[in-house]
Amino acid sequence: MRANPGAGRQSESTFVYAYAAWVIALIAMLMSLFFGEVMQLPPCTLCWYQRICLYPLTAVLAVGIVLRDEKLLAYALPLVLAGLGFSIYHNLLYYGVIPEALAPCTEGASCSARQIEWLGFIGIPLMALLAFLAILGSLLLHRKTQRRASS
Amino acid sequence: MKKDVYRLGGIAAVLVIALVVAISFYRSEEARKASQRAKEQAAMNSSVFVRPHSHSLGPEDAKVTIVEFFDPECESCRLMHPLVKRILGQYPNRVRLVLRYMPLHENSEYAAGALEAAGEQNRYWEMLDALFLHQPIWGSHESPRPDLIPGYARQLGLDMKAFQRFMDAGSYRSLVAIDRADGMALGIRGTPSFFVNERPLLRLGYDSLKSMVDQELAR
Repeated sequence: MRANPGAGRQSESTFVYAYAAWVIALIAMLMSLFFGEVMQLPPCTLCWYQRICLYPLTAVLAVGIVLRDEKLLAYALPLVLAGLGFSIYHNLLYYGVIPEALAPCTEGASCSARQIEWLGFIGIPLMALLAFLAILGSLLLHRKTQRRASS
Repeated sequence: MKKDVYRLGGIAAVLVIALVVAISFYRSEEARKASQRAKEQAAMNSSVFVRPHSHSLGPEDAKVTIVEFFDPECESCRLMHPLVKRILGQYPNRVRLVLRYMPLHENSEYAAGALEAAGEQNRYWEMLDALFLHQPIWGSHESPRPDLIPGYARQLGLDMKAFQRFMDAGSYRSLVAIDRADGMALGIRGTPSFFVNERPLLRLGYDSLKSMVDQELAR
Protein backbone atom coordinates (compact mmCIF):
# COMPACT_ATOMS: atom_id res chain seq x y z
CA MET A 1 0.00 0.00 0.00
CA ARG A 2 2.87 2.31 0.81
CA ALA A 3 4.51 1.62 -2.54
CA ASN A 4 1.37 2.50 -4.44
CA PRO A 5 -0.68 5.22 -2.77
CA GLY A 6 -3.39 4.87 -5.41
CA ALA A 7 -4.21 1.34 -4.33
CA GLY A 8 -5.06 2.48 -0.84
CA ARG A 9 -7.56 5.02 -2.06
CA GLN A 10 -9.07 2.47 -4.36
CA SER A 11 -9.72 -0.10 -1.67
CA GLU A 12 -11.11 2.75 0.40
CA SER A 13 -13.86 3.43 -2.11
CA THR A 14 -14.56 -0.20 -2.95
CA PHE A 15 -15.57 -0.95 0.62
CA VAL A 16 -18.18 1.77 0.87
CA TYR A 17 -20.99 -0.65 0.14
CA ALA A 18 -19.63 -3.21 2.58
CA TYR A 19 -19.78 -0.47 5.18
CA ALA A 20 -23.36 0.27 4.16
CA ALA A 21 -24.31 -3.39 4.55
CA TRP A 22 -22.69 -3.50 7.98
CA VAL A 23 -24.40 -0.33 9.17
CA ILE A 24 -27.80 -1.64 8.04
CA ALA A 25 -27.19 -4.97 9.79
CA LEU A 26 -26.14 -3.17 12.97
CA ILE A 27 -29.16 -0.85 12.95
CA ALA A 28 -31.46 -3.79 12.29
CA MET A 29 -29.92 -5.72 15.17
CA LEU A 30 -30.22 -2.82 17.60
CA MET A 31 -33.82 -2.24 16.55
CA SER A 32 -34.72 -5.88 17.05
CA LEU A 33 -33.11 -5.76 20.48
CA PHE A 34 -35.07 -2.61 21.26
CA PHE A 35 -38.35 -4.24 20.27
CA GLY A 36 -37.54 -7.39 22.22
CA GLU A 37 -35.74 -6.19 25.32
CA VAL A 38 -37.03 -2.67 25.85
CA MET A 39 -40.56 -2.78 24.45
CA GLN A 40 -40.84 -6.39 25.65
CA LEU A 41 -42.48 -7.64 22.48
CA PRO A 42 -41.93 -11.40 22.44
CA PRO A 43 -40.09 -12.57 19.28
CA CYS A 44 -41.93 -15.32 17.43
CA THR A 45 -40.20 -18.43 16.10
CA LEU A 46 -39.61 -17.00 12.63
CA CYS A 47 -38.24 -13.82 14.18
CA TRP A 48 -35.69 -15.92 16.02
CA TYR A 49 -34.49 -17.60 12.84
CA GLN A 50 -34.09 -14.22 11.20
CA ARG A 51 -32.18 -12.97 14.22
CA ILE A 52 -29.88 -15.99 13.96
CA CYS A 53 -29.04 -14.93 10.41
CA LEU A 54 -28.85 -11.21 11.09
CA TYR A 55 -26.78 -10.90 14.25
CA PRO A 56 -23.64 -12.73 13.02
CA LEU A 57 -23.61 -10.44 9.98
CA THR A 58 -22.56 -7.53 12.18
CA ALA A 59 -19.41 -9.47 13.14
CA VAL A 60 -18.74 -11.17 9.81
CA LEU A 61 -19.02 -7.94 7.82
CA ALA A 62 -16.91 -5.97 10.29
CA VAL A 63 -14.10 -8.52 10.19
CA GLY A 64 -14.28 -8.68 6.40
CA ILE A 65 -14.02 -4.91 6.18
CA VAL A 66 -11.07 -4.70 8.55
CA LEU A 67 -9.19 -7.46 6.73
CA ARG A 68 -10.19 -6.06 3.32
CA ASP A 69 -11.23 -9.59 2.57
CA GLU A 70 -12.12 -10.14 -1.07
CA LYS A 71 -14.17 -13.17 -0.09
CA LEU A 72 -16.38 -11.12 2.22
CA LEU A 73 -19.38 -11.87 0.03
CA ALA A 74 -18.89 -15.62 0.32
CA TYR A 75 -19.09 -15.46 4.11
CA ALA A 76 -21.96 -13.04 4.31
CA LEU A 77 -24.24 -14.23 1.51
CA PRO A 78 -25.35 -17.54 3.06
CA LEU A 79 -26.55 -15.68 6.16
CA VAL A 80 -28.23 -12.96 4.11
CA LEU A 81 -29.99 -15.40 1.78
CA ALA A 82 -31.16 -17.66 4.60
CA GLY A 83 -32.44 -14.65 6.52
CA LEU A 84 -34.13 -13.33 3.41
CA GLY A 85 -35.83 -16.69 2.90
CA PHE A 86 -37.24 -16.74 6.43
CA SER A 87 -38.21 -13.12 6.09
CA ILE A 88 -40.13 -13.61 2.85
CA TYR A 89 -41.99 -16.55 4.35
CA HIS A 90 -42.71 -14.53 7.48
CA ASN A 91 -44.10 -11.61 5.50
CA LEU A 92 -46.33 -13.89 3.46
CA LEU A 93 -47.75 -15.19 6.74
CA TYR A 94 -47.97 -11.78 8.33
CA TYR A 95 -49.83 -10.14 5.48
CA GLY A 96 -52.10 -13.15 5.10
CA VAL A 97 -50.90 -14.46 1.74
CA ILE A 98 -50.29 -17.85 3.37
CA PRO A 99 -52.99 -18.86 5.87
CA GLU A 100 -51.96 -18.84 9.52
CA ALA A 101 -53.01 -22.46 9.94
CA LEU A 102 -49.88 -23.52 8.08
CA ALA A 103 -47.68 -21.49 10.39
CA PRO A 104 -45.19 -23.50 12.40
CA CYS A 105 -45.48 -21.09 15.29
CA THR A 106 -47.72 -22.49 17.96
CA GLU A 107 -45.77 -21.56 21.05
CA GLY A 108 -44.91 -18.12 22.23
CA ALA A 109 -45.92 -15.19 20.09
CA SER A 110 -47.88 -15.84 16.94
CA CYS A 111 -45.91 -15.09 13.79
CA SER A 112 -48.81 -13.17 12.35
CA ALA A 113 -49.63 -11.20 15.50
CA ARG A 114 -49.42 -7.48 14.75
CA GLN A 115 -47.34 -5.85 17.42
CA ILE A 116 -46.23 -2.69 15.71
CA GLU A 117 -47.83 -0.99 12.73
CA TRP A 118 -46.04 2.16 11.64
CA LEU A 119 -48.01 4.19 9.11
CA GLY A 120 -50.64 1.51 9.38
CA PHE A 121 -48.79 -1.23 7.52
CA ILE A 122 -45.08 -1.28 8.39
CA GLY A 123 -44.78 -4.15 10.85
CA ILE A 124 -41.62 -5.67 12.26
CA PRO A 125 -41.50 -8.44 9.59
CA LEU A 126 -41.55 -5.84 6.82
CA MET A 127 -38.72 -3.90 8.46
CA ALA A 128 -36.72 -7.13 8.64
CA LEU A 129 -37.41 -7.88 4.99
CA LEU A 130 -36.31 -4.39 3.96
CA ALA A 131 -33.15 -4.78 6.04
CA PHE A 132 -32.22 -8.11 4.44
CA LEU A 133 -32.95 -6.72 0.96
CA ALA A 134 -30.87 -3.62 1.64
CA ILE A 135 -27.98 -5.71 2.95
CA LEU A 136 -28.19 -7.99 -0.08
CA GLY A 137 -28.32 -4.98 -2.42
CA SER A 138 -25.33 -3.36 -0.74
CA LEU A 139 -23.30 -6.56 -0.94
CA LEU A 140 -24.11 -6.97 -4.64
CA LEU A 141 -23.04 -3.38 -5.27
CA HIS A 142 -19.91 -4.13 -3.25
CA ARG A 143 -19.12 -7.04 -5.54
CA LYS A 144 -19.72 -4.90 -8.60
CA THR A 145 -17.37 -2.12 -7.48
CA GLN A 146 -14.77 -4.64 -6.42
CA ARG A 147 -14.83 -6.33 -9.79
CA ARG A 148 -14.52 -3.01 -11.53
CA ALA A 149 -11.59 -2.12 -9.28
CA SER A 150 -9.75 -5.35 -9.92
CA SER A 151 -10.29 -5.38 -13.67
CA MET B 1 -6.84 -1.58 8.71
CA LYS B 2 -6.49 0.40 11.90
CA LYS B 3 -8.50 3.16 10.32
CA ASP B 4 -11.29 0.68 9.63
CA VAL B 5 -11.31 -0.48 13.22
CA TYR B 6 -11.66 3.11 14.42
CA ARG B 7 -14.32 3.87 11.86
CA LEU B 8 -16.33 0.72 12.63
CA GLY B 9 -15.97 1.38 16.32
CA GLY B 10 -17.02 5.00 15.89
CA ILE B 11 -20.13 4.14 13.89
CA ALA B 12 -21.04 1.39 16.33
CA ALA B 13 -20.56 3.76 19.26
CA VAL B 14 -22.81 6.40 17.66
CA LEU B 15 -25.52 3.83 16.97
CA VAL B 16 -25.31 2.39 20.48
CA ILE B 17 -25.56 5.88 21.97
CA ALA B 18 -28.59 6.52 19.76
CA LEU B 19 -30.07 3.28 21.10
CA VAL B 20 -29.45 4.31 24.70
CA VAL B 21 -31.09 7.67 24.07
CA ALA B 22 -34.06 5.91 22.44
CA ILE B 23 -34.33 3.57 25.42
CA SER B 24 -34.34 6.32 28.01
CA PHE B 25 -36.82 8.34 25.94
CA TYR B 26 -39.08 5.31 25.57
CA ARG B 27 -38.84 4.48 29.28
CA SER B 28 -39.69 7.97 30.47
CA GLU B 29 -42.54 8.16 27.97
CA GLU B 30 -43.89 4.81 29.19
CA ALA B 31 -43.59 5.87 32.81
CA ARG B 32 -45.48 9.08 32.06
CA LYS B 33 -48.19 7.16 30.21
CA ALA B 34 -48.51 4.56 32.97
CA SER B 35 -48.96 7.22 35.67
CA GLN B 36 -51.42 9.11 33.53
CA ARG B 37 -53.41 5.98 32.73
CA ALA B 38 -53.63 5.03 36.40
CA LYS B 39 -54.73 8.56 37.27
CA GLU B 40 -57.37 8.64 34.57
CA GLN B 41 -58.72 5.24 35.52
CA ALA B 42 -58.81 6.17 39.18
CA ALA B 43 -60.67 9.38 38.41
CA MET B 44 -63.16 7.60 36.18
CA ASN B 45 -63.71 4.60 38.33
CA SER B 46 -62.14 4.36 41.75
CA SER B 47 -62.98 0.67 42.10
CA VAL B 48 -60.60 -0.27 39.29
CA PHE B 49 -57.93 -0.92 41.94
CA VAL B 50 -60.02 -2.66 44.58
CA ARG B 51 -63.25 -4.57 44.02
CA PRO B 52 -65.56 -5.84 46.75
CA HIS B 53 -64.48 -9.41 46.00
CA SER B 54 -60.76 -8.62 46.27
CA HIS B 55 -58.79 -10.41 48.94
CA SER B 56 -56.56 -8.27 51.12
CA LEU B 57 -54.16 -8.37 54.04
CA GLY B 58 -53.87 -5.51 56.50
CA PRO B 59 -56.32 -2.88 57.74
CA GLU B 60 -58.63 -1.16 55.25
CA ASP B 61 -57.67 2.28 56.51
CA ALA B 62 -53.94 1.63 56.12
CA LYS B 63 -51.97 4.63 54.98
CA VAL B 64 -50.47 2.71 52.09
CA THR B 65 -52.33 0.25 49.88
CA ILE B 66 -50.35 -2.03 47.58
CA VAL B 67 -52.47 -3.45 44.78
CA GLU B 68 -50.85 -6.43 43.11
CA PHE B 69 -52.09 -7.88 39.85
CA PHE B 70 -50.79 -11.42 39.86
CA ASP B 71 -51.07 -14.81 38.26
CA PRO B 72 -50.78 -17.88 40.49
CA GLU B 73 -48.93 -19.65 37.67
CA CYS B 74 -46.38 -16.86 37.15
CA GLU B 75 -42.86 -17.53 38.42
CA SER B 76 -42.03 -13.89 39.14
CA CYS B 77 -45.20 -13.58 41.22
CA ARG B 78 -44.03 -16.60 43.17
CA LEU B 79 -40.66 -14.95 43.79
CA MET B 80 -42.15 -11.56 44.65
CA HIS B 81 -44.78 -12.86 47.07
CA PRO B 82 -42.52 -13.43 50.13
CA LEU B 83 -40.88 -10.04 49.49
CA VAL B 84 -44.22 -8.25 49.50
CA LYS B 85 -45.10 -10.06 52.70
CA ARG B 86 -41.80 -8.95 54.19
CA ILE B 87 -42.75 -5.32 53.52
CA LEU B 88 -46.13 -5.92 55.17
CA GLY B 89 -44.34 -7.39 58.15
CA GLN B 90 -42.05 -4.38 58.43
CA TYR B 91 -44.99 -1.97 58.69
CA PRO B 92 -47.71 -3.82 60.56
CA ASN B 93 -51.07 -2.06 60.34
CA ARG B 94 -49.74 0.67 58.09
CA VAL B 95 -49.59 -1.18 54.79
CA ARG B 96 -52.36 -3.15 53.13
CA LEU B 97 -52.02 -5.63 50.29
CA VAL B 98 -54.83 -6.19 47.80
CA LEU B 99 -54.55 -9.07 45.35
CA ARG B 100 -56.06 -8.99 41.88
CA TYR B 101 -55.92 -11.69 39.23
CA MET B 102 -54.24 -11.24 35.89
CA PRO B 103 -54.37 -14.73 34.37
CA LEU B 104 -51.81 -15.06 31.59
CA HIS B 105 -51.07 -18.79 31.63
CA GLU B 106 -52.96 -21.90 30.69
CA ASN B 107 -54.15 -22.93 34.16
CA SER B 108 -54.11 -19.54 35.86
CA GLU B 109 -57.87 -19.22 35.85
CA TYR B 110 -58.36 -22.66 37.34
CA ALA B 111 -55.77 -21.90 40.02
CA ALA B 112 -57.50 -18.61 40.76
CA GLY B 113 -60.72 -20.58 41.13
CA ALA B 114 -59.04 -22.91 43.63
CA LEU B 115 -57.90 -19.84 45.57
CA GLU B 116 -61.42 -18.48 45.63
CA ALA B 117 -62.74 -21.87 46.69
CA ALA B 118 -60.27 -21.88 49.57
CA GLY B 119 -61.28 -18.29 50.32
CA GLU B 120 -64.88 -19.46 50.76
CA GLN B 121 -63.54 -21.58 53.62
CA ASN B 122 -61.35 -18.73 54.93
CA ARG B 123 -58.12 -20.39 53.87
CA TYR B 124 -57.25 -18.07 50.97
CA TRP B 125 -53.72 -17.13 52.02
CA GLU B 126 -52.76 -20.66 53.02
CA MET B 127 -53.93 -21.88 49.62
CA LEU B 128 -51.92 -19.15 47.94
CA ASP B 129 -48.80 -20.27 49.81
CA ALA B 130 -49.49 -23.87 48.81
CA LEU B 131 -49.97 -22.94 45.15
CA PHE B 132 -46.76 -20.94 45.08
CA LEU B 133 -44.87 -23.67 46.94
CA HIS B 134 -45.91 -26.36 44.47
CA GLN B 135 -46.01 -24.10 41.43
CA PRO B 136 -42.98 -25.73 39.73
CA ILE B 137 -44.97 -28.98 39.66
CA TRP B 138 -48.54 -28.04 38.80
CA GLY B 139 -47.49 -25.05 36.73
CA SER B 140 -44.59 -26.67 34.90
CA HIS B 141 -44.24 -25.42 31.35
CA GLU B 142 -43.50 -28.83 29.87
CA SER B 143 -46.11 -30.90 31.65
CA PRO B 144 -48.48 -28.86 33.80
CA ARG B 145 -50.47 -30.83 36.37
CA PRO B 146 -53.48 -28.70 37.37
CA ASP B 147 -55.11 -31.97 38.46
CA LEU B 148 -52.83 -31.87 41.52
CA ILE B 149 -54.35 -28.62 42.79
CA PRO B 150 -57.32 -30.20 44.64
CA GLY B 151 -54.75 -32.32 46.46
CA TYR B 152 -53.14 -29.20 47.91
CA ALA B 153 -56.56 -28.09 49.10
CA ARG B 154 -57.07 -31.43 50.76
CA GLN B 155 -53.72 -31.10 52.52
CA LEU B 156 -54.95 -27.84 54.01
CA GLY B 157 -57.88 -29.74 55.42
CA LEU B 158 -60.51 -28.03 53.28
CA ASP B 159 -64.00 -29.44 52.95
CA MET B 160 -63.43 -31.09 49.59
CA LYS B 161 -67.09 -31.49 48.74
CA ALA B 162 -67.64 -27.76 49.09
CA PHE B 163 -64.40 -27.12 47.23
CA GLN B 164 -65.49 -29.26 44.32
CA ARG B 165 -68.97 -27.76 44.28
CA PHE B 166 -67.47 -24.28 44.11
CA MET B 167 -65.14 -25.25 41.26
CA ASP B 168 -67.95 -26.90 39.32
CA ALA B 169 -70.21 -23.89 39.69
CA GLY B 170 -67.52 -21.84 37.94
CA SER B 171 -68.71 -18.53 39.35
CA TYR B 172 -65.07 -17.59 39.91
CA ARG B 173 -64.65 -17.09 36.18
CA SER B 174 -66.64 -13.88 36.06
CA LEU B 175 -64.73 -12.57 39.05
CA VAL B 176 -61.39 -13.31 37.38
CA ALA B 177 -62.71 -11.65 34.23
CA ILE B 178 -63.48 -8.45 36.17
CA ASP B 179 -59.93 -8.38 37.56
CA ARG B 180 -58.50 -9.01 34.15
CA ALA B 181 -60.58 -6.21 32.61
CA ASP B 182 -59.41 -3.82 35.35
CA GLY B 183 -55.83 -4.86 34.70
CA MET B 184 -56.22 -4.22 31.00
CA ALA B 185 -57.79 -0.84 31.70
CA LEU B 186 -54.74 0.01 33.79
CA GLY B 187 -52.51 -0.98 30.89
CA ILE B 188 -50.86 -3.95 32.55
CA ARG B 189 -48.58 -5.96 30.31
CA GLY B 190 -47.14 -8.54 32.66
CA THR B 191 -47.32 -9.99 36.13
CA PRO B 192 -46.76 -9.13 38.85
CA SER B 193 -47.80 -5.49 38.41
CA PHE B 194 -47.95 -3.29 41.47
CA PHE B 195 -49.71 -0.07 42.31
CA VAL B 196 -48.80 1.75 45.49
CA ASN B 197 -51.58 4.15 46.48
CA GLU B 198 -52.75 3.99 42.87
CA ARG B 199 -49.35 4.92 41.48
CA PRO B 200 -47.74 2.28 39.24
CA LEU B 201 -44.49 0.64 40.28
CA LEU B 202 -42.23 1.22 37.30
CA ARG B 203 -39.35 -1.15 38.02
CA LEU B 204 -40.18 -4.54 39.42
CA GLY B 205 -38.21 -5.54 42.47
CA TYR B 206 -38.11 -5.50 46.25
CA ASP B 207 -36.03 -2.34 46.56
CA SER B 208 -38.14 -0.19 44.29
CA LEU B 209 -41.38 -1.43 45.84
CA LYS B 210 -40.02 -0.80 49.32
CA SER B 211 -38.82 2.69 48.49
CA MET B 212 -42.19 3.54 46.96
CA VAL B 213 -43.96 2.32 50.10
CA ASP B 214 -41.54 4.36 52.24
CA GLN B 215 -42.24 7.41 50.11
CA GLU B 216 -45.98 7.06 50.56
CA LEU B 217 -45.64 6.42 54.29
CA ALA B 218 -43.58 9.60 54.63
CA ARG B 219 -46.19 11.75 52.92
